[in-house]
Amino acid sequence: MQDIRKALYVGTRSDGRLIQRPMSPHLQIYRYRLSMVLSISNRLTGVVATGGAALGVFWLAAAAKGPKAFATARKVTGNPAGQLLLVGWLASVVYHTVGGIRHLIWDSGKRYDKEELNKDGPVAVGVTAGVSAVLAVGLLGVAAKRARALAKAGKAS
Amino acid sequence: MNASVPHIEVMRSQLGRARGLGAGGSGTEHWWAERVTAASLLPLSTWFVVQMFRLGGADHADVVKWGGKPVNATMLTALIIATFYHAQLGLQVIVDDYVHGKAHLPTRILVKFVTSLLGLLGVFAVVKLVVAGSRRS
Repeated sequence: MQDIRKALYVGTRSDGRLIQRPMSPHLQIYRYRLSMVLSISNRLTGVVATGGAALGVFWLAAAAKGPKAFATARKVTGNPAGQLLLVGWLASVVYHTVGGIRHLIWDSGKRYDKEELNKDGPVAVGVTAGVSAVLAVGLLGVAAKRARALAKAGKAS
Repeated sequence: MNASVPHIEVMRSQLGRARGLGAGGSGTEHWWAERVTAASLLPLSTWFVVQMFRLGGADHADVVKWGGKPVNATMLTALIIATFYHAQLGLQVIVDDYVHGKAHLPTRILVKFVTSLLGLLGVFAVVKLVVAGSRRS
């Protein structure tokens, strides 16, 4: 037997024969709720944030390795596809942080009633969208400005 | 039973209650470590975002100079260790939930391996930046 939980799905019919018991209904049977999307999103963004952190470490390692490796890293962070990736990482980290703060609040025994949960869900989405947008525009703007200034200074000297 | 008479509500030894462990004898460490790393990542990642505002678009010399400063190196190392420890704990739960049978153990070991190596790479990158910084000054 591959999975010991399968043992729990074997039952006996009234005539004594062994049968496979029905499983509980899966996701698609339930009515859509925001809370279930937010729950799985916390996991998904956690995985994406880990991938982004891996890229961040490669960026740091490139800086440590030397100018040539760092120039390659800058090619990635400087082009639109790379920046889309960075914004995705940023938004994932922001949502995972918001979701994580909610989890810490729940752990302290607060905001865990059904009504409060349903009220806080849309707030979490709004905060994530707002903070992500402000940080993304701000960071990309600052980076582009500094890169342009550096390129200009490089040409002048 | 009369409510005013002192009695033990739960069939559990007083020592067991004091230790706060369940029937498995362990299991709270993973949950607790996940919360502690999460809470410490709040200030550390906020610090990193602020640093990125100071560093976005910078060239190699600027980044090396930044990473070589003791306070930056300390914060970076703490951020890297907390991040990959937290990632390891979180990914482990996902593997426990979705990977069954024979693949479970190898996948769990792989997750530990990869997250540990990434964390070490980050730490040694910081070490090299610090060494490069001290050599220049």
